[in-house]
Amino acid sequence: MNHVDIQPRIPEPELMYSGHLACPGCGASLAMRYALKALGNNTMVIIPACCWSIIAGPFPYSALGVPIYHTAFETAAAVASGMKAALDQQGKSDVTVMAWAGDGGTYDIGFQALSGAAERNEDFLYVCYDNEAYMNTGIQRSSSTPFGAWTTTTPENHRKERPKKDIVGILAAHRIPYLATVSVAYPEDFIRKFQKARSIRGMKFIQILSPCPPGWKTADDQSIHISRLAVESRIFPLLEIEHGEKYTLNLEPEGISVRDYLEAQGRFRKLSEQDVAYIQNEVDRKWEMLKRQVS
Amino acid sequence: MKKVMMGNHAVSYGARLSRVDVIAAYPITPQTQIVEELSELCADGKLDAKFIKVESEHSAMASCMGASAAGGRAFTATSSQGLALMHELLHFSSGGRLPIVMANVNRALGPGWNIWTEQTDSLAQRDTGWLQFYCENNQEVLDTVIMSYKIAEQLSLPVMLVLDAFILSHTYEIVDIPEQEAIDGYLPPYKPEIKMDVDNPHAFGALVTPDHYYEIRYKLQETMDRAPEVARKAGEEYGKLVGRPYDIVEPYMLDDADVVIVAAGTLVSNSRAVINEYREKGIKVGLLKLRMFRPFPTKRVRELLAGKKKIAVIDRNISFGATGIFYQELKAALYGQNNGAGSPDIFGFIIGLGGRDVTLEDIAEIVDYTLEKEKNEEDIIWMGLKR
Repeated sequence: MNHVDIQPRIPEPELMYSGHLACPGCGASLAMRYALKALGNNTMVIIPACCWSIIAGPFPYSALGVPIYHTAFETAAAVASGMKAALDQQGKSDVTVMAWAGDGGTYDIGFQALSGAAERNEDFLYVCYDNEAYMNTGIQRSSSTPFGAWTTTTPENHRKERPKKDIVGILAAHRIPYLATVSVAYPEDFIRKFQKARSIRGMKFIQILSPCPPGWKTADDQSIHISRLAVESRIFPLLEIEHGEKYTLNLEPEGISVRDYLEAQGRFRKLSEQDVAYIQNEVDRKWEMLKRQVS
Repeated sequence: MKKVMMGNHAVSYGARLSRVDVIAAYPITPQTQIVEELSELCADGKLDAKFIKVESEHSAMASCMGASAAGGRAFTATSSQGLALMHELLHFSSGGRLPIVMANVNRALGPGWNIWTEQTDSLAQRDTGWLQFYCENNQEVLDTVIMSYKIAEQLSLPVMLVLDAFILSHTYEIVDIPEQEAIDGYLPPYKPEIKMDVDNPHAFGALVTPDHYYEIRYKLQETMDRAPEVARKAGEEYGKLVGRPYDIVEPYMLDDADVVIVAAGTLVSNSRAVINEYREKGIKVGLLKLRMFRPFPTKRVRELLAGKKKIAVIDRNISFGATGIFYQELKAALYGQNNGAGSPDIFGFIIGLGGRDVTLEDIAEIVDYTLEKEKNEEDIIWMGLKR
């Protein structure tokens, strides 16, 4: 090969600094780093109660090089709506307002405000870093917790019997201009989607599957590997949806067994053969549905 | 310019004259016309503000917080259940030192559903760090919106102004609308020193350890302690501008009064009328109108009620398991001074809960009771209760 493309596809400037308080291997910390690399410093971040309330650092410190507004659990989308309105009034419509919430603040307690903002098509970016449970309070189930997963409120003899809430489907039904899923295992795709979101007016929603070593019972050097398995097994498809209609699958993996993803995590260790077969069946069924939506 | 308008529209005009940047509101009876009118004013281009039609009162306050944190002048209005739903964020907005202004139309809380006036909704928010002003008529409502921003932005604290359901909210009165130019001179554009700013990034509201939290709370109280004087001056300056001065507490025929009525909101107007009748008969009854309730104007109340023998507090509210709330506050202000020597007898009347009519005869009965009794015998004197 004569030519090597050395153009960096990941922007070099860092807006997330060392000294943050994330656990080792935290998917959400890597996600913030990539997100701010993509968005740049003309960005304001709104953080409701979640792991990131801690990760960003206590007063008077901040791990981010952009302004942060820490707010109450259920308010991210409403605070973002107001902040954007004030910026518009000041002629600062070029500032990207990013709400950055966990799955509890998105799927559960913040869901009403999120749905309201999505229906109004407010001009901000809502990001859910989805670690599939209330991790900051010590691993309690949320409506994002998948079927069969252990948490402290879904113990192994009383596990979660309901599937993970389909937040992407719900947001798509709001027909917002842009919706995407990203993974920290695919940084180029991650960066591209955040940059695309920044360029679109109206409501944008990005879901990040965010591995949590203490909550998922994994080693802290496994987060990227597990993120990749989630995509390769089609459990977490990388996709974009525009205006609730135009579906794009960014990657079409051959589809490894869900067993590879599930067995890599302690939270799924009590699943029976039957459970794994059920999960595989559900993943296959949803994949086929997604393929139909794409075509 | 004079115009006949309902109390709710007086709020809307006050917000318009204050040149608010962002309005976020949710409908609730009997407040709805405030935001309907503002919505029209925005739609017609008569008010250059962004109106966010949120999906709940909780989000209304959250949106106001976001707007205020980014340096916008934010406004909302609510009532009763809506205010109760906002409760968490009342703490959040004052703790965040955001000078949001909110109109609350005093309405009883359910169940059962009751849309009529009662003061419990706003008084129950007394510990949230918001300033509170109670209005007596529609003119005062309009003026208080404007003064509220003047006060809020000097203190970096939010202000709630309160008006009675229907008695003011839906009642038409003549209201003098000040000239925009005059108000612009009084209330310059909001330019906070500290705000969400990409050129000067800070983290707002971050985790605070016990090492710092205590002092941050102290600072909030320290600011509250300055509020009565800031509010007094704001009312005085406003008076010079439009010819209607306001104070934080307002005495009426108080100097020589043997019995003093203490009241807030429209109960004040009824009390004035009754006092006039008694004065014609040579009976010395006076009044202390509480405009400001938070911070409680303790110093002024002590000064004005010094040496008084009997005080009748009229509460259209109740703190269950305790007493009327103004009664509690007045006792707290007047007792514990000089070992209690010379403290007046304070009579606590509860009346008109859930919008039951309060007539001049009711007020007269309160005065007669207080005149007749040698000293106070009970913590709650129930007026008009069907036993």
